[in-house]
Amino acid sequence: MSENVNQAEKQEMVHLTINNIPIEVPKGTKIMQAAREIGIDIPHLCYHEDQRIKAHCRLCSVEVTGRRRLLAACSTEVWEGMEVHTDTPIVRDTQVAILQLMLANHHKDCLSCPRNQNCDLQRLCSRFNIMESHLPSVVKEEPRIVTNPAIVRDPSKCIRCGRCIRACKDVQGIAALTYAHRSSDITVTTAYDKPMERTDCVLCGQCSLVCPTGAIVEKDDTDAVLDALQDPKKHVIVQVAPSVRVALGDAFGMEPGEIVTGQMVTALKLLGFDKVFDTNFGADLTIMEEASEFLHRLEHGGTFPMITSCSPGWVNFLEKNFGDFTAHLSSAKSPMSMFGAIAKTYYPEKAGIPVEDIVTVSIMPCTAKKFEAARPEMGREGRQDVDIVLTTRELIKLIKYVGLTFQNLPESDFDSPLGYGTGAGAIFGASGGVMEAALRTVYEKYTGKTLERLDFQSVRGFEGIKEAEVDLGSRKAKVAIAHTLKNARILMEQVQRNESPYDFIEIMACPGGCIGGGGQPIGTTNAIRKKRMAALYEIDRNLPIRKSHENPDIITLYKEFLGEPLSEKAHELLHTHYHKVEKEYTF
Amino acid sequence: MERISFLTSNFGKYDTSSIGSYMKIGGFSALRKAVTMEPLSISDLIASVKVKGRGGAEYDMGRKLSQARAVKGERKVVICNADEGETTTFKDRELIKNDPFNLIEAIIIAGFVVGATDGYIYMRAEYSCFRPLLLNAIRQAKSYGFLGENILGKGFDFNIHLYSGAGAYVCGEGTALIRSIEGKAGRPRMKPPFIKQSGVFSRPTCLCNVESLSIVPHLLLDEEQVYARCGRGDSIGTKLISVAGNVNKPGVFEIPFGTTVREIIYELAGGVQKDRHIRLIQFGGASGKVADESILDTPYTYEDLRAAGVMVGSGGILVIDERTSVLDFLRMNQEFFSEESCGQCTPCREGNLHIKLILDKMAEGKATAEDIRLMHKIARVMSMSSLCGLGETAQNSLLSAMKVFPGTFAVGGAEA
Repeated sequence: MSENVNQAEKQEMVHLTINNIPIEVPKGTKIMQAAREIGIDIPHLCYHEDQRIKAHCRLCSVEVTGRRRLLAACSTEVWEGMEVHTDTPIVRDTQVAILQLMLANHHKDCLSCPRNQNCDLQRLCSRFNIMESHLPSVVKEEPRIVTNPAIVRDPSKCIRCGRCIRACKDVQGIAALTYAHRSSDITVTTAYDKPMERTDCVLCGQCSLVCPTGAIVEKDDTDAVLDALQDPKKHVIVQVAPSVRVALGDAFGMEPGEIVTGQMVTALKLLGFDKVFDTNFGADLTIMEEASEFLHRLEHGGTFPMITSCSPGWVNFLEKNFGDFTAHLSSAKSPMSMFGAIAKTYYPEKAGIPVEDIVTVSIMPCTAKKFEAARPEMGREGRQDVDIVLTTRELIKLIKYVGLTFQNLPESDFDSPLGYGTGAGAIFGASGGVMEAALRTVYEKYTGKTLERLDFQSVRGFEGIKEAEVDLGSRKAKVAIAHTLKNARILMEQVQRNESPYDFIEIMACPGGCIGGGGQPIGTTNAIRKKRMAALYEIDRNLPIRKSHENPDIITLYKEFLGEPLSEKAHELLHTHYHKVEKEYTF
Repeated sequence: MERISFLTSNFGKYDTSSIGSYMKIGGFSALRKAVTMEPLSISDLIASVKVKGRGGAEYDMGRKLSQARAVKGERKVVICNADEGETTTFKDRELIKNDPFNLIEAIIIAGFVVGATDGYIYMRAEYSCFRPLLLNAIRQAKSYGFLGENILGKGFDFNIHLYSGAGAYVCGEGTALIRSIEGKAGRPRMKPPFIKQSGVFSRPTCLCNVESLSIVPHLLLDEEQVYARCGRGDSIGTKLISVAGNVNKPGVFEIPFGTTVREIIYELAGGVQKDRHIRLIQFGGASGKVADESILDTPYTYEDLRAAGVMVGSGGILVIDERTSVLDFLRMNQEFFSEESCGQCTPCREGNLHIKLILDKMAEGKATAEDIRLMHKIARVMSMSSLCGLGETAQNSLLSAMKVFPGTFAVGGAEA
């Protein structure tokens, strides 16, 4: 009943004018949204459609008849009869003055900035024809902070909009970043100014995704890849995560969620990679091991709920916050790391190439993967399994570097033998996908029956925590899926209280899973995440093989090299363990 | 000139550490009367004598209370804003120090009018010396049944909590104050949501200044309508003002509205030291506007001061004599805001800094006409587009000085 009333209220319409154009919008609409309806983009920096409104930057100040002062268009609800003006002299003066004030406290060395030509501040300055600041520079000389393998902070480029703070606190529930000090000394920083990796930060990179400037960016490893590609002695192979192929097109003006697998493979070949492989293959391998591990725990007893460990941001989170519960994590490595291990053992044997000549590159939607690849346990004999991790954003940079007109590239296929992935591997990129892929295999292996309907609809979608019950015949398995660490914490607190009703939990650190990862193209929003998610399920639907254990290359790999899931060799190469990380501070 | 003691009528009449002593002079009879009345008739009474918010915002106090009553919601809160942070303003301190029980009684009455369950006193860090005094008053009021459950048998439950700030000017701003009580950094947030709907701990909150609240018990007992007969025009009653600066007798005075600025400075505050000339007068604290000597014969009322280009604001009056230049005064004021801005919003954070730099440049004699134009523009943008009242009013002194003392800003021209 009350819901109906609320809906009725939502339908109530308000009439106003914006720049003398009459418009009707639902009650509760903000001026900024109302203006968009009629094609007026009110400039803004701190506003982000997925975040709660801050009204900090004041760039969206507009004039409303009858009000002496300007009102922030991002935070002000429209009212009946309101007359908004977005183009008066005082509004323009204010917008330009605010940009000038920001520029005076900003390094304007755009050429040296990773966000050059992809920067909201730069774009707005261009829009308002601001070529230089009229004000003296007040920017403080602060060095770039480059202490970890994933995230680089450049405080001199920070405009203190607070978007990173909101992403870290409201989305992830971590609050590794916050404001410190006040007035013009205000900074965005970590607890005690410690390097991010020594705080509660898990290197998920969601901050870098929402930063409007170059103040927080991924660590750029494109040069290392170009060096390897230009070294004739090196055999450089690349693996690409499932979610990259539905995000990459964004940067080249394609529709969000467009599937660009074929063009992507061509681009990588044109970049000069010797082999272009698919992380989906690694995902199928992960399912083989993880599903077997789950069945093993069911049959022989083990720690429940078992929790997936594919998302390195999530693993970092557990190690830092629930370090006594690492036994719940699946010991199966992530698809990237499994792929890396195979690429440095089986592949050299098979291809007849000395392992020391092989350079493995992975293209990931994720900044934390850079950290995962650098973990000492992810390698052998002093050699890392994955040598270089690039984010989707860095791949975009490389494609632009070699001057490819991406949208016009012909399509080509992944190379073999590590280039074939099933539909189960593809959906790893969406929150719920790992669970669904695992259930397809768990069901068939446990029951010995063929799964009739492959789509587990209840584990799909964008809700923060999803749950499902799967009938395995002799018993039922209760599963849960969470994305974002805020939701992960809820499930872990249940585990901590020994009240978790689940057998199996999938957790992805980023909103929507990898399709919303911290290394995805700038401009990623929840609306875009949903389109990418749908695209992955479309890829799955259209593939002839949709179960990991039916992947022929995986079957061959076990036959030729690994034996069977959970074998000694599989354990040595494909499994790992995690450990508690002591906190350096508590609040 | 006429002297009146209405708001200050209890000063010195009782032992501020003893509720018994307060009750002997009629203490808590206003509360006893209030609980027999319709809450809205109390807010109507306050509205009828046009009490405006005495903290500086000048919002109609009676309307504020009746609106707070009308807000739907559980466990409403009344906050007494005792974060008197405006420079040259120290009148609330006198009310806390000399009449703490009246303040407690006032907060309880406000709680009754609003239908609140909790009251908070948010007191500035610098007034922590008064903590024992107020804590004692709260404790005694509770032991006499004026606080707690079922107050005076009327089924009214109400408690008062005392909270000391950590010491930031901006915490006088309502939303920053609320965040500070909640244990967060005292920085303002955008409105909406408005405090009256979602204030401290997301509860409907009615926030009033010490002086605005302190008037209430006196008004309830003012059967002869002494208060209503004071004042001039729409400015009814009396006002507590504090006079500071280069005067012989700085201090706090209760005046009927309509007293002239000259009477305030020369009769109450003892005139300017050594009969020097007045350079400027700032009204309403650091965020207030300035005037020159021509304002002396203006009656101190909301309307007259506004017509003369200044405001009552917090009730502070700063008198600066000829020894200080307008520029030096503005630089001092600017130094203050450059430190006290919270730093969240761009206009205030960056604008204050740049204005400070330009004023410094002026002091070095290096400012160009372009600098002055730019400074005016930044000041205007700040006042038009800042997130909160601090940024909106930080440049009041500068912008008003540019009008009143154009010579100061004439490049290469005479110093005012």
